[in-house]
Amino acid sequence: MRKGSGALPFPFFVFKNPDMTDQLEELVQQAQVDIAACGEGRALEALRVDLLGKKGRVTDLLKQLGGMAPDERKAYGERVNRAKETLAAALEARGLALASAELEARLASERIDVTLPGRGEAGGGLHPITRTINRVAEIFGEMGFEMVEGPEIEDDFHNFGALNIPDAHPARAMADTFYVLNGARLLRTHTSPVQIRAMQKRQPPIRIICPGRVYRVDSDRTHSPMFHQMEGLYVAEKVSLADLKYDIQNFLSRFFERDVEALFRPSYFPFVEPGADVHIKWTLPDGGWRWLEVLGCGVVHPKVLEAVGIDSEKYSGYAFGMGMERMAMLRYGVDDLRLFFNNDLRFLEQFR
Amino acid sequence: MKLSENWLREWVNPAATIEQVAERLVMGGLELEIEPAMTETIEGVVVGHIVKAERHPQADRLQVCEVDAGEGRLLQIVCGAPNARVGIKVPCALVGAVLPGGLAITEAKLRGVDSFGMLCSAKELALSDKSEGLLELDADARPGTPIAEHLQLADKILNLEITPNRGDCLSVLGLARDISALYGAPVKRPNLPQTVVEGHQQLKVELENLDDCPSYAGRVISRLNTKARTPDWMRERLRRSGIRSIHPVVDITNYVMLELGQPMHAFDADKLSGAIRVRRAQRGEEIRLLNEQLVECRDRELLICDDSGPIALAGVMGGQSTSVHGGTTRIFFESACFAPAAVAGTGRRHKLFSDASFRYERGVDPGLQRQALERATQLVLQICGGETHPVTHAGRSQPETVSIRLRRSRLVQVLGHEVGAKDIETLLGRLNIMLRAEVGDAWIARVPSYRYDLRIEADLIEEVGRLYGYDRIPARPYAAQLAPSRPPEAQRTLQRVKEQIAARGWQEVVTLAFVEPSLQQALNPDVAAIALDNPIADNLSVMRTTLWAGLIPAWLYNRARQQDRVRLFEAGVCFTQRDGEIVETARLAGLAAGRALPEQWASAARPVDFYDVKAEVLALFGNAAAEYRFEAASHPALHPGRAACIRRGEQICGWIGELHPQLVQNLDLPEAPLVYELDWEAIRNVGVPRAAPLSEFPSSRRDLAIVVPEDVAADRILASVRGAGVTFLTQATIFDIYRGKGLADGDKSVALGLLFNDASRTLTLQEIDTASATITQALARDLGATIRQ
Repeated sequence: MRKGSGALPFPFFVFKNPDMTDQLEELVQQAQVDIAACGEGRALEALRVDLLGKKGRVTDLLKQLGGMAPDERKAYGERVNRAKETLAAALEARGLALASAELEARLASERIDVTLPGRGEAGGGLHPITRTINRVAEIFGEMGFEMVEGPEIEDDFHNFGALNIPDAHPARAMADTFYVLNGARLLRTHTSPVQIRAMQKRQPPIRIICPGRVYRVDSDRTHSPMFHQMEGLYVAEKVSLADLKYDIQNFLSRFFERDVEALFRPSYFPFVEPGADVHIKWTLPDGGWRWLEVLGCGVVHPKVLEAVGIDSEKYSGYAFGMGMERMAMLRYGVDDLRLFFNNDLRFLEQFR
Repeated sequence: MKLSENWLREWVNPAATIEQVAERLVMGGLELEIEPAMTETIEGVVVGHIVKAERHPQADRLQVCEVDAGEGRLLQIVCGAPNARVGIKVPCALVGAVLPGGLAITEAKLRGVDSFGMLCSAKELALSDKSEGLLELDADARPGTPIAEHLQLADKILNLEITPNRGDCLSVLGLARDISALYGAPVKRPNLPQTVVEGHQQLKVELENLDDCPSYAGRVISRLNTKARTPDWMRERLRRSGIRSIHPVVDITNYVMLELGQPMHAFDADKLSGAIRVRRAQRGEEIRLLNEQLVECRDRELLICDDSGPIALAGVMGGQSTSVHGGTTRIFFESACFAPAAVAGTGRRHKLFSDASFRYERGVDPGLQRQALERATQLVLQICGGETHPVTHAGRSQPETVSIRLRRSRLVQVLGHEVGAKDIETLLGRLNIMLRAEVGDAWIARVPSYRYDLRIEADLIEEVGRLYGYDRIPARPYAAQLAPSRPPEAQRTLQRVKEQIAARGWQEVVTLAFVEPSLQQALNPDVAAIALDNPIADNLSVMRTTLWAGLIPAWLYNRARQQDRVRLFEAGVCFTQRDGEIVETARLAGLAAGRALPEQWASAARPVDFYDVKAEVLALFGNAAAEYRFEAASHPALHPGRAACIRRGEQICGWIGELHPQLVQNLDLPEAPLVYELDWEAIRNVGVPRAAPLSEFPSSRRDLAIVVPEDVAADRILASVRGAGVTFLTQATIFDIYRGKGLADGDKSVALGLLFNDASRTLTLQEIDTASATITQALARDLGATIRQ
């Protein structure tokens, strides 16, 4: 037997009865109550089949239309169809409500604590000196400089002689320079030998930067026996102090990401002439300011060009050199040089 | 070098404050700071004259003095200084004075005797760090004169640091010249009366080599007053330059050095025998110096000698045997020019630093010797009296004249700025550089002897530049004459790879390139390290041959600071020797220790192992990862069963492994870290990618569990799978290893995932079954593998 049809008395189908209308009303009312009371998706589906399925109760009512008079059939048929639509809508609404409630319940049960820490690998980082070298190199790269590198163990000619540093210069003493192989070689004291090697290899125009480790016999609060420099060199026709000023000014503003006021003071390095120290206006914590030396530079000394076989009448150039530790200290507010070489993770992890 | 402003202004007196002058000098290329001569004020302290001094009735060490402090009546002052005696003039703090440090002078009773003031030492007036009794003043100082006035304490100090090329500025005269050039104000020279030569004593002077000593002037002065005392004005000027008063003659040599820039030496002439000779030392010659140090000559030091042997280290320090002392009545003054190269090494080799050697190393005006000698003579006569003898001069009588060609066009090109011919002439003229016009836009410049740093055209261009002012040369935008070349795409940059490593959770470190020799020896015993000739410390005495020698200490440093889990990497050069040549190899290395993952919830902790680090290394190889092999091999630093040599083709690219347990024990390490080291040049090239077409047909997977003996390496299994000849096998992975129950001892089960795909069609079930069978047969044939049931 059909499930759920027991509620309907047989005579309901047989007789043409004016009460049939009321029975339809009753069925609809009862069905609506049932639908509303239905608390679960599968029961609701069963109810739908019982009411509107092929053998459902409402469907059965429609089947009885065949035994009715034509006028009765039309009116009654319309009413049954309306009831069918009403119930279908109620079923659907109930279905949606149930699905939504079910989803709600599932979501509630699946809730996690999003404030718990994530898992997996933590981030690493580059050393602040690397970060600084990368930035400086990128800026000069945008300005048309090519990066070149050179050996860290050098000979006297490349580190001193070719750079117009005289034999008796204090920098050559064992107290200042690290020597190896019984004095036959030395640890470069600056990145300047790289420019010598570059100029030996090719003719102007040359526009290069050379970052790298350099070494001096010095170890205290403000000196490390190893540190990093960035050397720059531009040799071409008619390169002047004015060109140097432009490039340095441009670099400093890009590096510090503001309009940097730079001051060029005459200074002395054996390999440049005229030579200059560059100072920038530096704001102090108390609101005051002072000039702070950031790099050395100058027009390449004619003897340096001659030492590498470049015609110093036809070509001129400028060179500059700066300490990467100093630039990093200024940029990131590091006040102790030694922090860079202790490699304390608590320090390094601040640069991520 | 420190100099008194008052002194400087006697020589050049521009209408500007000293701070303004300093700023100009700085912009002109000198480094200097202005300091006050006195940081404290002294008021209520006057010159006092001790007219009577008697022993205190109650105390042996105290004296009761009657002091004329210019007040019209004598003050009774109790004094404990041993040098308090009748007749001397001393600083007298009157009642009401407040001394530096805050001591207020009041009327006092000392052991029952009234005292109305205090007689002061130099230390009490903050004029010295040392207390040497009462500060004795000039005998002609007027009682009652405020001490600040008598000693001209209202002064400032110029503290100069000069660049090595500007030795000519190491004196009042030199600085005055530069100020004169910057301001156009004249240099005033002190009056130098002609010395009247009375005697005829002369020492012969012989110079071995004019290149070492181009000019040497000397003179004997006899019959000096041994009671003479350096006057207060000179003492004060020396003090402000940081030089202590020692002996009038010595003070005068120092004074002349500060004033003119000519270092001088005075020998006790009675201790000299025979002629003066300037020559290089023979090996083994010895000299005891003024400071008692015995110097043994080994490097041809330049010496001053007489018939007895060395009497001074030329330009550095005099000898003890001929030094001037309190009883000296006859001196021989030396005013010489020694070449920088002849003096430069001596001081450093023997760790001797003197004001003289500092100047000689930077150069001394070769035309200055006679003038300085005359000035010193004048001061000696003024202070010590005596009889003057003729000057002996050896060497070049005139310094060589230097002429330099200067072209305006070149100057304009180097500075990048139009400087007019008139300006150039004016600016160089202020430096006493005389220009004579030549054809075209050129001049011939004549350079004064004291500017020995000016030798070529570029030197003159720099002088014009600095006097004109760098700030007046505008920065000039221009188009660079070159575009940089790029490295080929196939060659990765180290920067990119470092960023990749960091992104995978590794922290870059930068360690020193010189390392502890014993640690490195343990890590890399087969490679000889390059030792530093002059290391700063024993534990930093050899160049690294492996980055592990830096990474391990960096790890330990952090581990000692409660960082139990570290993943460190470093990129840097390692140094070795091949056939006598130094080889620098760029390397990339890492060290991992502690847990495999950071401490985290709901995740079982396990220590990092070989495979964790191997995955990291493989990730570095990028597209080329398939080209690398990890071969079990032994390395002295690594666990023999947990080490691999990494090869690309036949080339060894590096090593990976766990640190050898024996090393861990020997080095007293807390645990065995995992380390790797790669040769950067060997791994940097990854090739340019070539895109392969993608298959539009589905892949099929078959899993296979095989049983093989324990010693069959994964590489061999995969090689056998690939060697089976199934062309449409696209991937073979090992996804599990099992040992234990169900397997014979010494066997392991390896689970393989095989992926099949053909780019042109969907594979049939039968094809895949056949392929699996083929592979199984190959495994059985190659390795004796059986299918695990």
